[in-house]
Amino acid sequence: MTRDDALLSVRDLALDYGNGRGVRDVSFRLWPGEVLGIVGESGSGKTTLLKLLGGQLAPDAGTIHYRMAGGDMVDLNDLSEARRRHLGRTELAFVHQNPRDGLRLAVTAGGNVGERLMADGARHYGRIRAAALDWLERVEIEAGRVDDRPTTFSGGMQQRLQIARNLVSGPRLVLMDEPTGGLDVSVQARLLDLLRGLVADLGLTVVIVTHDLGVARLLAHRLMVMQGGRVIESGLTDQVLDDPREPYTQLLVSSVLAA
Amino acid sequence: MSGTEGYNFAYLDEQTKRMIRRAILKAVAVPGYQVPFASREMPLPYGWGTGGIQVTASVLGADDTLKVIDQGADDTTNAVSIRRFFARTAGVATTTRTAEATVIQTRHRVPETPLTGDQILVYQVPIPEPLRWLEPREAETRALHALGDYGVMQVELYEDIAIHGKIKRSYDYPVEVADRYMMSPSPIPKFDNPKLSDCPALQLFGAGREKRIYAIPPHTPVRSLDFEDHPFDIDHPGTPCALCGDTESFLDEIVTDDKGGRMFVCSDTDHCAERQAEAGHDA
Amino acid sequence: MYVAVKGGEAAIDAAHDWLAEERRGDPAIPEVTPDQIAEQLGLAVDRVMAEASLYDRDLAALALKQAQGDVIEAVFLLRAYRTTLPRFGASMPVDTAAMRIDRRISATFKDLPGGQVLGPTYDYTHRLLDFALAADGEAPEAPTAEPLDPAMPRVLDLLADEGLMERETPPADESGPVPDLTREPLTYPAGRPLRLQGLARGDEGFVLSLGYSTQRGYGRNHPFAGEIRQGAVSVEVDVPELGFAVDIGDLVVTECQSVNQFKGDAERPAQFTRGYGLVFGRGERKAMAMALVDRALRAEELGEAIQGPAQDEEFVLSHADNVEASGFVQHLKLPHYVDFQAELQLVRALRAARRDENREAAE
Repeated sequence: MTRDDALLSVRDLALDYGNGRGVRDVSFRLWPGEVLGIVGESGSGKTTLLKLLGGQLAPDAGTIHYRMAGGDMVDLNDLSEARRRHLGRTELAFVHQNPRDGLRLAVTAGGNVGERLMADGARHYGRIRAAALDWLERVEIEAGRVDDRPTTFSGGMQQRLQIARNLVSGPRLVLMDEPTGGLDVSVQARLLDLLRGLVADLGLTVVIVTHDLGVARLLAHRLMVMQGGRVIESGLTDQVLDDPREPYTQLLVSSVLAA
Repeated sequence: MSGTEGYNFAYLDEQTKRMIRRAILKAVAVPGYQVPFASREMPLPYGWGTGGIQVTASVLGADDTLKVIDQGADDTTNAVSIRRFFARTAGVATTTRTAEATVIQTRHRVPETPLTGDQILVYQVPIPEPLRWLEPREAETRALHALGDYGVMQVELYEDIAIHGKIKRSYDYPVEVADRYMMSPSPIPKFDNPKLSDCPALQLFGAGREKRIYAIPPHTPVRSLDFEDHPFDIDHPGTPCALCGDTESFLDEIVTDDKGGRMFVCSDTDHCAERQAEAGHDA
Repeated sequence: MYVAVKGGEAAIDAAHDWLAEERRGDPAIPEVTPDQIAEQLGLAVDRVMAEASLYDRDLAALALKQAQGDVIEAVFLLRAYRTTLPRFGASMPVDTAAMRIDRRISATFKDLPGGQVLGPTYDYTHRLLDFALAADGEAPEAPTAEPLDPAMPRVLDLLADEGLMERETPPADESGPVPDLTREPLTYPAGRPLRLQGLARGDEGFVLSLGYSTQRGYGRNHPFAGEIRQGAVSVEVDVPELGFAVDIGDLVVTECQSVNQFKGDAERPAQFTRGYGLVFGRGERKAMAMALVDRALRAEELGEAIQGPAQDEEFVLSHADNVEASGFVQHLKLPHYVDFQAELQLVRALRAARRDENREAAE
């Protein structure tokens, strides 16, 4: 692929929280179909970076260029509120670590999955419901639960529902913040399996933040290692994990650091 | 209130009326959009029609004939009270006949008699924001309107069908005005919703406590929200009015005894009386 | 045969006559006069003036008489009158540093220039019913003290001179007129001037409970009662034709300034911050509660965590007004036949649908 095909092109991104934390000098590109993992200790700036990409935080400096479905390259921070919200419910998706942050808990599973379709103008109940049922099946939630509220679901099911709710609109870029965090090990494995299948089947473009190098190895094509708000090392996943260049990454990989 | 010496025509001072008329003009220019206005403290309680009263006071002229209804009836106590307020402060003619009125202030009903281009219908509105129950914050609901971001309401309707098999709203059923703004029609029964669309009369909505005015200009399309495969429909108890025999008007249920006895009569008392008078002449 | 109910008009007239009779009570008992109310129920008059935003003791006393002592009803009467009054202009800000003090208390310094002045307070009365008041006892004459020190600087100004207390900064743009809550629609964020207006006329019970909630952890902000002062202030109006301000009369007001902690942040060093309360008349409870809520509402400005309803501007200002609240709560007693009928039809239809489903399932 050529450099110009990038879906996302981030340059010199910076945000200073005023207490020495934040992110600095982050630049990278992301191509369609790629899964980029961001790893590092807690406090290294990886979730901040994801929130900058998702528009939940505004940077102090730098640009985030995104290639729209029509081919135009736009700086996400220059978009009007209206266009940004529209992108946020169609082309972009954000999977929160805590599914309760990404679901409407008072709304049924079907309503949760259908929301992005309705927000984008879908007005045929039968088709919205069919799409919801299809997506529940894809994330391995029984069709019989379609009219139940997420509060009656287990943590793993809530997370799968959140993923369905995000993917139903066919987003071109999916941002995930520790999607397997907070789940039991066996539940994690099942979710990871599911995610890997979806990424492969749908050719999703993903930026995934994780402290779990196992998750990173299974899902990510490329990795960026963050420390103190900077990207200190990046490369193909196997290369970074099996042959780390930076001492910090070596410590991370050898699990000396509690990531 | 005793005596109104020292008060201006229709109570409000002319400067306030001009302010309200400017808000009304803006509301007419942007159908369905809620225009903030500096609602005054009226001598009637908030929630009892202060918004409608201010709008009526601002559009009323000395030659107008005013009709006031509450629940479709001219002689419910609050309708009587508001009619007397204007009879006293503006000295205008009042009527109970829909066809004779030039300004009709209403709470919770649209008259059964079709309105004309020479009439203004003023609705009293308790909660003007159709998204209020889904999003309590004014700052956020204004953003949702500005962006036309109405998915959350559609989800609400989806939930009704999924759980109850049909849309569960029976009154204050949200509408979309002129293909743009989502609007609360005020707590009229959804039975009345179709009358809002393409209506020849100017329809003005006043919310005093919430300080908002909005409007539907004459002949504006108004669509009740629904799904293509679950279209909006109206319920009717299926019985005729026990007094005038009308099978198509909205009916009040009157409990006649404590053994389940009940009868249905027109909620629009003028409509019902007219029909009874006609039947009387015929007989 | 059923006949539609008529006669709302006659019923209303009769109700008003009955009400007038109730208001008068037993004619054998002398009728109370507004003068007596203004003189002897002064704190009720103060509260009505404060929440009606109209300083007129005679009219407030009349409103109390007309409302049979129902304070919210009296506030409503006075406001409905106020709304019809012409606006001649805005006065200059009153100078509470030049207040002619009746009472002045600081909880932060034992002694200070001008001293502590207890004044006419209920604070240390033992709440024992005084049966002498039921008989026609004459009040004992209060002793007259030496005149107070005319220089009584505000406690928070003393702290500010040392740099320990934030200075009140006037709004960046002072060119425009003072915003008036009763003349312009409230939009959010409202900003502090409108917030203070809303709190000053807000319901005492509501503001009191919100202030209380901040003390119990719903938006804690470590307050000290820096100073409470009560007394008369002059109201001056600038007359451009004369080229100077003219004193048009006095108001009795109560002012409370709280001293609150602020740890400082990246840009600002640690400093005390203030909450401000000012109400017409002797309304100390209200002024103190107002200061607590004013400070709580500054949470966002000061970068504090928002944890309680008292810190939420839209929540506080939308619900503080008792005339609005009273009207909307009580509008529920107006007829809702039509909406209820629509609901009845719906519930019946849903129940019928469920019955049919169950029958099909059983077959």
